[in-house]
Amino acid sequence: MSDKHPIYLDYSATTPVDERVAEKMCSYLTREGVFGNPASRSHTFGWEAEAAVEEARKHIADLVGANPKEIVFTSGATESDNLAIKGVAHFYNKKGKHIVTCKTEHKAVLDTCRQLEREGYEVTYLDPESNGLVDLGKLEAALRDDTILVSIMHVNNEIGVIQDIAAIGELCRNKKILFHVDAAQSPGKVPINLEELKVDLMSFSAHKVYGPKGIGALYVQRKPRVRLEAQMHGGGHERGMRSGTLATHQIVGMGEAFRIAREEMEIENRRIHALRDRLWNGLKDMEEVYVNGDLDQRIPGNINISFNFVEGESLLMALKDLAISSGSACTSASLEPSYVLRALGRNDELAHSSIRFSIGRFTTEKDVDYTIDHVRSAVEKLRELSPLWDMYKDGIDLDSIEWAAH
Amino acid sequence: MAVYLDHNATTPLHEDVLQAMLPVMQSMGNPSSLHRFGRLQKDTIERARQQVADLVNAHPDQVVFTSGGTEANNLLVKGMAASADINRMAISSVEHMSMLEPAAEITDKCALDYIAVDRDGRVTPDTLEQAILPDTRLVSVMSANNETGVIQDIASLAEIAARKNIWFHTDASQAAGKIDVSFKDWGVHAMTLSAHKLYGPTGAGALLVDKRLPLHALMHGGAQEHRLRAGTENVAAIAGFGAAAELAKKELKERAVHALHLREALEQGLAQIPQATVFAQNARRLPNTVQFGVRGFDGETLLMQLDRMGIAVSSGSACTSGKTEPSHVLRAMGVPQELALSSVRVSFGKDNTIADAEKLLQALGEIIDTTSKSAVMMAANV
Repeated sequence: MSDKHPIYLDYSATTPVDERVAEKMCSYLTREGVFGNPASRSHTFGWEAEAAVEEARKHIADLVGANPKEIVFTSGATESDNLAIKGVAHFYNKKGKHIVTCKTEHKAVLDTCRQLEREGYEVTYLDPESNGLVDLGKLEAALRDDTILVSIMHVNNEIGVIQDIAAIGELCRNKKILFHVDAAQSPGKVPINLEELKVDLMSFSAHKVYGPKGIGALYVQRKPRVRLEAQMHGGGHERGMRSGTLATHQIVGMGEAFRIAREEMEIENRRIHALRDRLWNGLKDMEEVYVNGDLDQRIPGNINISFNFVEGESLLMALKDLAISSGSACTSASLEPSYVLRALGRNDELAHSSIRFSIGRFTTEKDVDYTIDHVRSAVEKLRELSPLWDMYKDGIDLDSIEWAAH
Repeated sequence: MAVYLDHNATTPLHEDVLQAMLPVMQSMGNPSSLHRFGRLQKDTIERARQQVADLVNAHPDQVVFTSGGTEANNLLVKGMAASADINRMAISSVEHMSMLEPAAEITDKCALDYIAVDRDGRVTPDTLEQAILPDTRLVSVMSANNETGVIQDIASLAEIAARKNIWFHTDASQAAGKIDVSFKDWGVHAMTLSAHKLYGPTGAGALLVDKRLPLHALMHGGAQEHRLRAGTENVAAIAGFGAAAELAKKELKERAVHALHLREALEQGLAQIPQATVFAQNARRLPNTVQFGVRGFDGETLLMQLDRMGIAVSSGSACTSGKTEPSHVLRAMGVPQELALSSVRVSFGKDNTIADAEKLLQALGEIIDTTSKSAVMMAANV
């Protein structure tokens, strides 16, 4: 990968499928392989496919300390989030219609909550602390008698911070409120043990863990049992929670990706962590650079940096040799500053000058060193062209200037 | 190797389709990302969109990719019912579960009427007219049935709906790739497609949508697919869907002729078995599909015996398999319960040979013979 350009540093957006995963998937597709419909109950082709699905289900459950029966396959984390939140809201709407979430959640959670608001539900969107973490006291204060669900993500996709889901889970369980966690970004990066965590629902994605796109899962706790209204009907697959032909090869791919993650995460994370530190160490002595989000409570592969006095889009253009993003891929088409950074209290300028670097399995030291050089010179060049940078260097307090309206 | 005669449940992936998917599967990039990796993924999707549109004579802008036919049907039903002025819909009584179940799920928002079929499984213009009430806003009739293979005259039915200003949807999951399907010429407003029924991968499908259709998204959380389907696109499966659609278009005639040849051989053989009745015999049917009953036999037992003899068939839909209820499709056609419970569905594929049809006939003959003999012996013992 090292000598290929651009250098891919966008592993939080998606990861390439690991070769071992791809190879395994290939034997579940063609005539030579296991290609049957797992729902076919009348022949060997179907049974073999079903067995493969169940083996994959076990691999997924094993990585996160769940029972395989608690894993429901979906088309991805977006569907899992939709199913968890709408499914709970619709099933428990007699109990209450209030949901608590956080402003820095992924759009799959936020847009789903907006949809529920249109249906007459009430949603509280918590402000995170300036380090991106949710304050437990503020969360507790937001809970009401009619609160049926709390949805807080495990790892933030833009800034990589890890929420204390163990503590949030305790709080919710004590108050008998269901707790959903969007964990699209965490498997293989942070240990998850659902046997101990008081989490009722957890969303997973395969393509963030070197598995294929188009497959995800929702953990639905059995004890105590969580009920859901299905969002997709027609055949009653996945114990009635998600209908539709199971995509065997994708499920097998997700299973293999999770199996590999379980085996290799410890060593891999150490390596990635070192690369991340190398990157930050190569940049942190620059003037006016800020890390967004808590630096310690963070997954190893992510660093999100604001380069003050540099316009984000120009920086991305100047860094064409790097495949990076200014935030989430799912909102990258818009030129708005990141809503996640805004929620942290970053001003528009800083939010607009941010870059997310996400490092992964195939990143090398050489990639990182190239990135450091490239970023440093690009930022310097852009600042040379910036009148704001000149003013800052001249000691003018930019906040004190009243800009003339045009 | 066992003989696979269950292509309406799922088809093996075409070797060329796998070759088209492999590089995509291992390439990096999220199609929503602005960098080069992302843009290349986006290009892959747009190419597939064109290929899928071409198969069914639609415009690429009309294609909304989903995770499969079930999601497409759910999106259509629930997405339409979410619109304030869609308060009543009519669907045929022989639809797939992925249409029947979501429609039954939302009757509080949208009243549901069923369109009856005749003895051969057809929706006639008359029955459609009768099923349409003054406030009906949406009609859905599948292009071809997954169990019986019966082909509906969608163009005529859609015309009736159009005259009354009613939206028309057809689930063409089983028809596409087997017969000519034309979104444009049929005059429909929405159409469901599935990749894995035409030698593409599982995990990809599409809802084709006329831009005027008042459709709401089912899943939220991203602007993908014209805001009608949130979630990172399954690029490899979509690329496979596209490749499979292109091949299906190219090989359509050849595949149909081949399948029909096998179907005819099977039906001629079945005609020699007095206990066998082919369902919907008088209707136009998919070239690859034969569903028949074997009087005096239990379908599930038959299937198990056939599987032991190395032949994979089903009783009807894979999505309802494992249930002991008679098929809703056969019931709607007025097939007596006992005969319906003896049903066997055979669906040929492009790689089957005449020997496969003969092997099935021979196996059926043996099962029927042995069972009849032991019945005679048991009767003699009594």
